[in-house]
Amino acid sequence: MIFDNLLIWFVVIPVLMMAGLGLCRNSSMNAIRAVMVVGSTLLLALAVWLCVDFLCLRHNGADAEMLYTGSWMWYAPLNIHLAVGVDGISVLMLMLSAIIVFAGTFASWKINPLPKNFFLWFTLLSTGVFGFFISIDMFTMFMFYEVALIPMYLLIGFWGTGRKEYSAMKLTLMLMGGSAFLMLGLLGIFWHSAPEGGVPTWNILEIARQAQIDPSWQRLLFCFTFVGFGVLGAMFPFHTWSPDGHACAPTAVSMLHAGVLMKLGGYGCFRIAIYLLPQAANELAWIFIILTGISIVYGAFSACVQTDLKYINAYSSVSHCGMVLFALLMLNTTAMTGAIMQMLSHGLMTALFFALIGMIYGRTHTRDIRQMGGLMKIMPYLGVCYMIAGFASLGLPGLSGFVAEMTIFVGSFQDADTFHRIFVILACSAIVTTAVYILRVVGKLLLGPVYDDHHLTLTDANWFERFSTVTLIVCIAGIGCFPNWISETIQHSFAPIIAAIQGGAF
Amino acid sequence: MDITLPILILALPIAMFLILGIGGVKMSRKVAGVLGILGMGTTATLAYIVAFTYFFSGNPDFIIDGVRLQYQVFDVTWLAFTQKLIVNIGFLLDPISAMMLVVITTISFLVHLYSWGYMEHEPGFQRYYAFLSLFSFSMLGLVVATNIFQMYIFWELVGVSSYLLIGFFYKLPSAVSASKKAFIVTRFADLGFLIGILILSYYTDTFNFINLTSNPEAVLTSTGGATFMGASVLTWAMVLIFTGGMGKSAMMPLHIWLPDAMEGPTPVSALIHAATMVVAGVYLVARMFPVYCVVDAAMTFICVVGAITAFYAAVVACAQIDIKRVLAFSTISQIAFMMVSLGVAYDRPIEGVHYAGLGYMAGMFHLFTHAMFKALLFLGAGALIHAVHSNNYTAMGGLRKYMPITHWTFLIGCLAIAGIWPFSGFFSKDEMLAAMFARHWFWGAWMTMVAGLTAFYMFRLYYLIFWWEENPHYKEHKPHDAPWQMSLPLIFLALVSCVAGFIPFGELVTWDGVPYHIHIELPVAATSLSVAVIAILLATKMYRVKNDLPTKVKNFWPTLWEAAHRRFYWDEIYQFVVHKIIFGIICRSIAWFDRHVIDATMDGMAKVTNVASNSIKGMQSGNVQAYVIWFFLGAVALAGITWLCLV
Repeated sequence: MIFDNLLIWFVVIPVLMMAGLGLCRNSSMNAIRAVMVVGSTLLLALAVWLCVDFLCLRHNGADAEMLYTGSWMWYAPLNIHLAVGVDGISVLMLMLSAIIVFAGTFASWKINPLPKNFFLWFTLLSTGVFGFFISIDMFTMFMFYEVALIPMYLLIGFWGTGRKEYSAMKLTLMLMGGSAFLMLGLLGIFWHSAPEGGVPTWNILEIARQAQIDPSWQRLLFCFTFVGFGVLGAMFPFHTWSPDGHACAPTAVSMLHAGVLMKLGGYGCFRIAIYLLPQAANELAWIFIILTGISIVYGAFSACVQTDLKYINAYSSVSHCGMVLFALLMLNTTAMTGAIMQMLSHGLMTALFFALIGMIYGRTHTRDIRQMGGLMKIMPYLGVCYMIAGFASLGLPGLSGFVAEMTIFVGSFQDADTFHRIFVILACSAIVTTAVYILRVVGKLLLGPVYDDHHLTLTDANWFERFSTVTLIVCIAGIGCFPNWISETIQHSFAPIIAAIQGGAF
Repeated sequence: MDITLPILILALPIAMFLILGIGGVKMSRKVAGVLGILGMGTTATLAYIVAFTYFFSGNPDFIIDGVRLQYQVFDVTWLAFTQKLIVNIGFLLDPISAMMLVVITTISFLVHLYSWGYMEHEPGFQRYYAFLSLFSFSMLGLVVATNIFQMYIFWELVGVSSYLLIGFFYKLPSAVSASKKAFIVTRFADLGFLIGILILSYYTDTFNFINLTSNPEAVLTSTGGATFMGASVLTWAMVLIFTGGMGKSAMMPLHIWLPDAMEGPTPVSALIHAATMVVAGVYLVARMFPVYCVVDAAMTFICVVGAITAFYAAVVACAQIDIKRVLAFSTISQIAFMMVSLGVAYDRPIEGVHYAGLGYMAGMFHLFTHAMFKALLFLGAGALIHAVHSNNYTAMGGLRKYMPITHWTFLIGCLAIAGIWPFSGFFSKDEMLAAMFARHWFWGAWMTMVAGLTAFYMFRLYYLIFWWEENPHYKEHKPHDAPWQMSLPLIFLALVSCVAGFIPFGELVTWDGVPYHIHIELPVAATSLSVAVIAILLATKMYRVKNDLPTKVKNFWPTLWEAAHRRFYWDEIYQFVVHKIIFGIICRSIAWFDRHVIDATMDGMAKVTNVASNSIKGMQSGNVQAYVIWFFLGAVALAGITWLCLV
């Protein structure tokens, strides 16, 4: 029975939530909230349960690459399955998504207009995200990926602010362009997935086990898949959807998008591009190291002169997500572990940032840092949270950013040739630039004298805003203070991928 | 050793931070203050017990055959990067960490107490105590680090607490920019530190201090003679690690943040920017001392940077008006003194020198005595500022009658820093100069000159505050000594400054744990003492009573005075580089490039698609004749192609 599989419930619950929302009226806000809170709490509980159960299984010696695997034939002529399974990384990603959906629900407590429709699309978006992380069949994975992308258009185009139609269109088109590359890459992998005379398969585990893709094909397909996922991971020069898209998106969408959706890019990069095409990854990594290295520095420098809070964080995301892909391309366990930790850390931190920006914007009705100042005096709670998010972003020990970045730097430094060294040092230099732009914002926005006297009457955070931010801060501090179990879980999950890469090196 | 006490030493301050930080809003000032002071007092007591146990218990963990050992009380895994590179959080007891425990907790406790009086009327009192606790936690974690990465972790935390405390008066733009500057400059230095750690750990496969320092030759060989740009990679690593120390300890050219950091509350300056955090760089070099010893180039670098900084800061201190800035530059100069002292030390006998490790011992000794008398001077300055509500000596003068306690304690501080027998500074400075003369006469002579300058500017400051001419404003607003919470620390520190010189420091702290009997080197002592006395007499002549001699001296070469007053334009240079070049040119052009080239290309593709579809949409006209023509042309073209292919 398909529902015996725990993972399927990550998709079933959102579907039930959508059904529940469908029964609500737009005017009955409380019913909508009830559905959302119950659903997202269930998802969070499920993610926590999965995480605990997974660790117990591993502890008790379940050493298969993926656990909770299940596979159901969906379309026989093309050998498409609904195949699910998780390793430590997917578990953590599911956890991250559940936390952010949970926090995002509270952050959009007073969404207006059409709350029901908003939450419907929002839930569909999260269905896509959850589905993506549980899939081990490339086709279903791709399908869920698309499911996650499409609602963005409506969410930004309708509930957004500023040049929302333009940004929604730009975001969707660029990401769709990315998926076009991706589709080509996935098809290529599919057709080459079987050894002579075998049946081609979409299943990642099977492909990794049996496929011997010709190196010249690997190179081509690697470029397709890496660029395809790289677009979503905001890789230079395909990142420009990110500033515009984030700037116009409503709070919860920004949270989910920067927090989780951008992680789909990084996840796909190692799960498909690197894992399935290891030889090409070894050969071509240098090209993308250059591009992602540029992303890191370029995003950080661009963020230094922005004046819109969301633009600052969007560029900062370019820099931080660049770090994710950069670390993945180092192709060693430590750096790749760091990449996953950076995904988690960046997801939580950016979600917190965007939530706070939404809350501040909801009060001051501006996001221009030149129009604000001294908010710490007026809204101390939000100010303190913003500072914590900032400190996480600039890598303060005790918060998640530090452990992630340090793991990346230490891991990346294990490649001893000059090319890698130069780029690692370049990437390290981002810690200074990050400090510059974060402190610039904190200094202008929160500290100093109150800029606009109208702001003096504004209120501090209310209960649902506090709830939303506290959830995220606790997670950020949790990772930052006790990183080792996460690091070990990830390192363990990387073993087969690293083995593939090392196999591909010869 | 039982691990409860060491754990509590770290846990209490962080617990205080969390309690005061989260619950502070709901607490009254009194509760918050008492909690903070009690918490720190307990921590100090525990630290004293631990240090006492380490030095005097005779436990074989700590001392065998008269040699003091390094002992890791605990060392637990925090994050494993690879199989070998593992970050632990631990507690290392050895002579210098035990000494630092005493220094930090003592000064921190006194500052907690002092702040109760000093900050009484400031808003955010609870927050202030929370930050002080956070700082104490970070600093304690830094000194007891068992591995270089733990040190880096707490190093960053110290930086952030410093940022928070400098910017405590966050409504003042000057405080905000000072805190930002401090953080970014030290962050820049930490980048060097980080890269240094990466290089070192890559070759040695360990972060642990004991592994690194117990066999420096192995560290040297582990790099396999790899070089980069003409210098061995180990030299690079050690110099880069030292860069981190240069940032925190405000060595040239990364000193620019420290004078500005005086924007913070004065007790904070006493704690962080005089006694504890700024010596972190010295502590780092001392910690890695055996490794530095096998890298001669790095040691020379430390000496040169220290010597230049010491002289520069002393000159600048002679031309400052703000009393806290004078003290700040004096701190820079004194720390540079310690750096040179470490730089001239050596871990094995060298010809003609009876004890090559003297510089290490002397540097640590000076670190200890300096922490005490500099905290005293800063707290004294705080009492003065509290009384006259200005940082500038121009608002002071003739205060000795009004504030006797502050006057006498400040005088003791000045005598100590000037190096007058029998105050503590004399002993430590004498040992440092002896070590420098022993290494090379040049270092000794140069630093004796700096010592003379020190005596001069400190007494200039002293006379301008307490003598010179009574300020007319006192009639309206009579200055008076500070309340007991503030006076008590002053008196205590003054007493310490009187007697600390007689501590047999060499018996306790040496680089290898082998005790050393301090003895005064008469020629060196006589030279430095006479230089100091001459400098003090000169200052007395110039500044004791109001006269026009200072103006004459100033007008003798006004450009020099102006340049010294403006700190030789370092800030302007940095402003130019950061604002005009980095922000103005690099960041702006990247942002422009992003919007106008990359994004425009993407938009351009969309436009091209639009234009293309607009231009061909006329084909779908609905006009049947047109369709027929297109159909016919298509058929002909196909037929033509088929024919060509067949033929």
